[in-house]
Formats: sequence, C-alpha cells, structure tokens
Amino acid sequence: MDQHAIRNFSIIAHIDHGKSTLADRILELTHAVSAREMREQVLDSMELERERGITIKAQAVRVSWKGHELNLIDTPGHVDFTYEVSRSLQACEGALLVVDAAQGIEAQTLANAYLAIENDLEIVPVVNKIDLPQADPDGTAEQLADLLGDDPARVLRISAKTGEGVEAVLDAIVERIPPPSGDESGAPRALIFDSSYDQYRGVVAFVRVVDGTFRPRMELRAMALGTRFEAQEIGFMSPAMKPVEALSAGEVGYVVTGLKEVSELRVGDTLTSDKGGAREPLPGYKDVKPMVFAGLFPTDSDDYPELRDALEKLKLNDAALFYEPETSQALGFGFRCGFLGLLHMEIVRERLEREFDLDLLVTAPNVAYRVRARNAPAWTEVHNPAEMPRAVDEVEEPYIRASVIVPKAYVGTVMELCAERRGRFDRMEYMSEDRVHLTYELPLAEIVLDFYDALKSRTRGYASFDYDYVGFRPGDLVRVDILVAGEPVDALSLIAHRDSAYDRARMLVEKLREEIPRQLFDVAIQAAIGSRVIARETVKAKRKDVIAKCYGGDITRKRKLLEKQKEGKKRMKQVGAVEVPQEAFLAVLNLGEGKR
Amino acid sequence: MTGARHLYVHLPFCAHRCGYCDFVTAVGRLGEHDGYVEALLAELELERELLAPRPETIFLGGGTPTFTRLPALERLLAALPDADEVTVEANPETVTPALAALLARNRVSRVSLGVQSFQPRLLAVLERAAGPEDARRAVGVLRDAGFANLSLDLIYGIPGQGVAELEHDLEEAVALAPEHVSAYELEAKPGTRFAHRHGTELAAQAETMETYLERVVAVLAAAGYRWYETASFCRRPDRAGGSDLRARHNLGYWLGHDYLGLGVGAVSTVGARRWRNEPSLARYVGALRRGRRPPRALEPLSAGTRAFERVMLGLRLDQPLPVGGIEHVLDPAGLRRVERLGLLRREGGALALTDRGRLLGDAVTAELLAPTMER
Repeated sequence: MDQHAIRNFSIIAHIDHGKSTLADRILELTHAVSAREMREQVLDSMELERERGITIKAQAVRVSWKGHELNLIDTPGHVDFTYEVSRSLQACEGALLVVDAAQGIEAQTLANAYLAIENDLEIVPVVNKIDLPQADPDGTAEQLADLLGDDPARVLRISAKTGEGVEAVLDAIVERIPPPSGDESGAPRALIFDSSYDQYRGVVAFVRVVDGTFRPRMELRAMALGTRFEAQEIGFMSPAMKPVEALSAGEVGYVVTGLKEVSELRVGDTLTSDKGGAREPLPGYKDVKPMVFAGLFPTDSDDYPELRDALEKLKLNDAALFYEPETSQALGFGFRCGFLGLLHMEIVRERLEREFDLDLLVTAPNVAYRVRARNAPAWTEVHNPAEMPRAVDEVEEPYIRASVIVPKAYVGTVMELCAERRGRFDRMEYMSEDRVHLTYELPLAEIVLDFYDALKSRTRGYASFDYDYVGFRPGDLVRVDILVAGEPVDALSLIAHRDSAYDRARMLVEKLREEIPRQLFDVAIQAAIGSRVIARETVKAKRKDVIAKCYGGDITRKRKLLEKQKEGKKRMKQVGAVEVPQEAFLAVLNLGEGKR
Repeated sequence: MTGARHLYVHLPFCAHRCGYCDFVTAVGRLGEHDGYVEALLAELELERELLAPRPETIFLGGGTPTFTRLPALERLLAALPDADEVTVEANPETVTPALAALLARNRVSRVSLGVQSFQPRLLAVLERAAGPEDARRAVGVLRDAGFANLSLDLIYGIPGQGVAELEHDLEEAVALAPEHVSAYELEAKPGTRFAHRHGTELAAQAETMETYLERVVAVLAAAGYRWYETASFCRRPDRAGGSDLRARHNLGYWLGHDYLGLGVGAVSTVGARRWRNEPSLARYVGALRRGRRPPRALEPLSAGTRAFERVMLGLRLDQPLPVGGIEHVLDPAGLRRVERLGLLRREGGALALTDRGRLLGDAVTAELLAPTMER
C-alpha cells in the first residue's frame, strides 16, 4: 500500500468520555464489522476492562474509508501505563482528542494530550455526547481550542452514541492527519507498541512498520533485548487476524513470534531483520520499572502453588508485572510483587481473585526506595520495608508531578491536602472561569497511601487527577517496626517520613490492640524506630474464661464449643507465643491502605 | 456391666418460664403431672438393666420439681430405688411444711434451692417469683423438717448487678449457713428473649463481670467454703464435722462416670453411647404410654471422646486429674505452655490447675488437648 493512502491514529479520551463507543461506530461505518457481528465495544476484549471502563492492552484495527487505509491504534487510558500510551502514540501520526461535552477536559485527557503533542501528533479535537441534555458543546469546544491553540470552528461535534457527526470524523482523519513518511526501501524497522500472549502461537507483537518491508519467515531481531526469532506469520487485525505476505513502511499489523514469554519482547523495542538489519533502533525505548510494591499472600497457605501458577500466567501477558517469592513469619509464603502503579496493582489483584479464584491477603503497598546503608559504598533498591537496613546514610524516594483539575471552589482544599502530603506547589492555571489546573510535586509514597481517596472525598468527586514520575529525591525516612510481645511482625513494618511516623505507628498499634484477642498473658504491642519504642499498647490478659455450669446435659455442647475453640486456634497465625487471627492483620493492613 | 450409679430424673413443670432459662420446661399443665410421672416410671422400667441395683445418687431436676403436684411427686419418689444421696431442686416459693415433710419421708437427703439473688430488683430482672424473704423462710422450713444438707443456687452477672450487689448476695447466702453453694454466671444465650432485652446492658458490664468469679471465690473461701468445682462450693470438712459435703451426683459427671437420665429432654451416658430424649412432652408421654422408648437423639462416644471429656470435666475440680489413660489426648507442648504460665502444676502422675488456671479453665483445656484426636 502506498504510504500516502495510510492514516495511523489513536483516540485519546478520559474514562467514560466515549472512546470505545466512537471506535465501535468507526468499525460499523467502515463495514469492518457487520451490525450483526457487532458486539458492543469490540476493542476492549477483557472482561475486567469492560467492567472498569478502561483499556489495559492496546490493539490496532485496520479499516478502509474512501480509498484510504485507516489504522486505529488503541491506547490504555491510565497513568500507570503512560509509557505504553507514549509508544502507542509514537506509532501514529495523529490522534482524536475526545472530550465529553458535559464533563469538559479532565486531568487524564490533558496528560495524554500533552503526550500526543510531545510526539508531534496532529490532534483532531472532538466534542462528544452533544445529544446529552446537560451538554455544553460550545463551552467545551472553546476549552479544547484554547488548549490546542486551534480555532473553535475546527472542533468536531458528535454523538458517538447516535452516530451523529462520526462520518465527519473519518473525513477529518483523512484530511488533517498526515500520511506516514518512512523509508520504503531502507532496512526494515518496526516499533513494537504492544504484545500479547496466545496459548498456541506464543507471543504476538503489535507493530508499526516505520521503514522497509516485513515478510513471513524472515529472521527478526528485537534490537534492545537482542531476542531473535522467525516471523511465523504477519498480518493485520480487521478486527480478526488477517495474514498477509508483506507489511511495509507506514503500515500497522502483527507478527506471530513463537516466543514463549512476553518479557522476551518489550514494548518500545525495535524489530529489524537479523541479517542486514538497521543499525539504529527507533528512539524512545525505556525499560519500565515497577514503582509500587506489595506482598501478596494466599489466605489459605495451601493455595501457595496456585498463586505461583497464576502469577506465572499473568506475567505471560503483562511484562510490567514483577514478582519474587517472599516469606513472612506472620503471613507465611507469598510473593512480593511490583506494579507500575496503584491501578496496575488493583487490576492484577482482581484478576488473581476473579480469574484464578484465589483469596488473597495484600500488604499495604509501598514504593521503591533507593538506600545507601551505613558505610556502604553503593546504593541499593529496597522493595519491602522489612528489607530496609536499620542504619542508613541516605534514603531516596520516588517523586511524581501531580496534575489536579478541580472546580475553583475546591482549590483551597486541594492545596491543603497536598501540603499535608509533603507536596511542593508548582503552578496554578485557570482552564476556564471555574476550572483550575493545579500542579504539585509529591512523594509517590503519599499517593500510594490514600491520596486519591482523600482527594475524591474532599472535593466530592469533582477533582480529576493524574501524575507522572519525576525521579528519586532524598527524604527523611525511617523504618518503623511493629512488635507483638517483643517479636517483630515483618509484614507490618513500614517506611514513613519522620514527621508522620509517630501518628501512623500509634494508629497501627491501637488497631492491633483492638484486633488481637486477649490471651492467657499480657501482650505488649509496640512500634519502634530501631530500638526506640515510639508507641505502645497492651492487650490485657484474660481474667476469666470458663463456662460456669456443666452438668450431665451440658457435656456434649461444652465439648463442641471446646472443639470449635481448638479449630479456631488452628486458623490463628503464631507470632512468638501470641495467637493472632488473620483478620487482625487484615484490619491493620487495610488501615495502611485506607484512611489515616 | 454393673450399671450406672447415678440417676437423673427430669421434672419439667414450672409455674412460669423465667426469661434466662434454657432448660426443657413446661408451664402449668397441672392435669398432665400424673401422666408424666407414670411415663417416667415406665422409662425407668425399660432402662432398669442399665442402672445399678442400688444407685449411689439420684437427682430430681427441672423445671421446678417441687411445682409438680404433690401426690404425683410422692408417687415418683416412693417408686424410685434407694440411694446414698437423693437431691431435689426446689424454688423457695414452693417450699411449704407439707412439701418438706413429703421430701423427708421419701428419703430425700438434700435440697437445692434456686435462690439466685437476694435483691428484689435483680430477682425481677430474672423474672423469679420468689422474694428474698421466701428464700430465708424456705431454709427455715427445711431445717425444721430435719434437712442437714442444703444447697443454695446463686446467679451472678445479672444485668445491673454491680460488685457491691454481688457481695451483698454472697453475704446473705452465707448468713443462711448452707452446706453447699452453687454460683453460676448468667448465660444470656444469643437469640433468647432475655439476651434481646438485656444485651446492651450485659455488653456494657462484660469487663467488670470478668472479675465476679474471683469475688465469689474470695468471699466464699473466707466464709469457710471449699471451691471444689468451677461453680460449686461446700462447707470445708473442718467446719462440717469432718463430712465431705460435695454434691456426689454432680461429682459423678465431673469424674466421667456413667449416668442414666429419665424424662423429657434428659441425657444419659452409658458406656460408648450418649442419648438425649427429645424435648417434646407429648411425644415423650405418648411413646411410653404405648410401652415404647421415647424418641431420642443418639450420640456414639469413642474412647477418645470420653478421654477428651475426662480432661474437660476433670479440670473443673480442685482435685488433681490423674493422666493415666488420657495421655493420648494431651498436647505436650500445650502442657508445657500452661505450666510455664503458672496455670497448671504437675503432681506426680496428675495435673492440677492453679487458682488462676481454674478461672481460665476453658482456655487452659483448649491448650492442653491435642490438636488432632483419633476417635
């Protein structure tokens, strides 16, 4: 196909602003799927994605419109997947920026729009849902035009639901978005913007061919990782997989690799022919590293092998997921897992529980820390508070730049919240008379704790929030250990800023006192920084535990009670001589995740 | 087989059902008392071979045995075999000189009076019919009829009962110089009318109530009583002319002896079997009238279960529990733990709980018993 007839584009939209509906209309109008085959929202194939209204895995669909080949490249819609979004955008020349006429621009839209602008994409602004009674198409078009420095008249107004204006969108794609301009005869280069795992065919890479031509049975090489394989099949999606004999410069499609693990092929890497291939990879490859960590333990320790198998399976399709075995004396055998962010963690957890039917105990999430132990020459990265050396010379924690869009009335509230969370004000802009865009730099650890929940509740849900990483910075951080009857409980250790360590320690210790049942002896519950105890509570010993009355008619009932009591003891976790019910850990871990 | 040495007879009739009560009871039904006693005697005939020819103890419990119409009660007592100890439970308001005389002439040796409290306010909470003066009068009437072995039942932990009121009840009881006192913590079973009405109040005083058993033990010990079982006290031999005033019938339960129970809802344990007569009065009487055994729920007991129960029951007593024959149900690690915590002592081949261990008896027993039992 002549490059001049190709248009590659993405749709950028906030959750629920209508990206999937618009994609469906485009597929219908271009007859990629018949109305009868039409399953609503074809692109979001995973059950979980549908329920959450977000797209986890990008895919690409080829359609025809008035003699042109249009490739719609889907993008994930959340901050945790910023890198994946940026790779998807790099595969395009243009993007539709879709905004709900009733909601206006949200923080996420903004973040992805900036990403598109940074990638030199031609942006086609679209106001959606103009059929809604509360829609403000003119106001929203103004906002969009303002943001892009465009003319409000060029902003398209549509209803993806009714189909109104969607043809004009297709025309605008052809007219406004430039065609690809790769070197058709050069050494083949293709950008991997996504991959997925097929049980029978191995890893399938989704690629945008930039230069040259790819053919089946070519020996290929991923330039950053050095992985070599033979292209078993190449083709495109429409939306079913259609094999072809060639994919050439400007085209979008897939390559069946036969590889057994998605981690052998990274998003952002460049594919070329193994012999006579390109010298220079395409720019922008990054090794994405997990930033948020948590321990995952099966509630029933017998489920450990199932959890291990489930993580292995998820990893096949999720190169960003990291895990390694972890043993906790309180929670038993489990895994320390690394995630791109909180949403990624939630998705993994839900998939484990839903698709693999596992009952999980998840420790409070923490961020990755960079640490130089006392007198140690080198920095190490710590993913688990229990691994933090007690004596450290320097600690660094990841920081993010937070972008919050909020009605004017809540600006004070948001500033207060950010200040509480060690935030540093960056700037404030009015996006319209009533909507303000605030930018703050905050430690990721504060976000991980409960920032988003606090933001939502304090602004009654009106704030939208997004962030990106800005790097590691030094922090006055301490490791707090929780001790039960003198025994440290590894799963409850935490790393906190020195100023908030005391409050968090006191809350944890109080909660544990409430949750640990009284024993036959006094149980001290302490929080300590090193050997210094900063909070202490005591679970007083029971004074009486005996049923008063027991005659001939009571013996069986009494025995059954006792057997139940013994059965209950089996489910307790032993911390030293203290029996702690699993629920106690759960309550405390929830506290770590939740309010403070 | 020589037969069970302990016989329990259940008389379910009451004038009124008290809110906290979870026994099998039947209110009023004066016309049914005679028929019920006939049924009891028919059941006794059917099970006679399970009973020792001359049992050691007989216990008439209820209900309110002394609410039973006196001719029926006398017919029953007269037909029962001789025994060393015959106890009858009585409510104070039912004790008249006529009743006392009836019990005395029918070889009853011991009366257990359901006093529960000496305070009108607390008695009203329990919905008891008798007042404090009824209790004092009943003791006088029984003493006059020659009864030398009286037991008073007290309940503590009544909603609204503070420590001072508990001590007052104990002092009143001691002042009547009974040979025996049983003190029970009120058990408000979830779902009962009583738990519903007093739940919040009971929850509020739960923490204070933890100390009540300690108070009971301290006050009664100071008054010369032996705390021989978790809820049972008897005058010490040095204050009783050398006699052992422990309730022999109940000791039978705590030492793991066999016992035969007659009557609606009554439980029997003989050898490897335990059974409970179903609680329906009509079906009980109906079956026996036709010469059949009443409907029963049967529970087979393995040697392991009986050993488990021996530990559970034996540790309620102040006498050491010999470990011979029960080693296999004990957990050596648990044994060491409770020993280290000062809750249990080993005395030769026997286990003895310390006073604190007895207050925590259920928890200690749970520690002691092996986690897996072969039964």
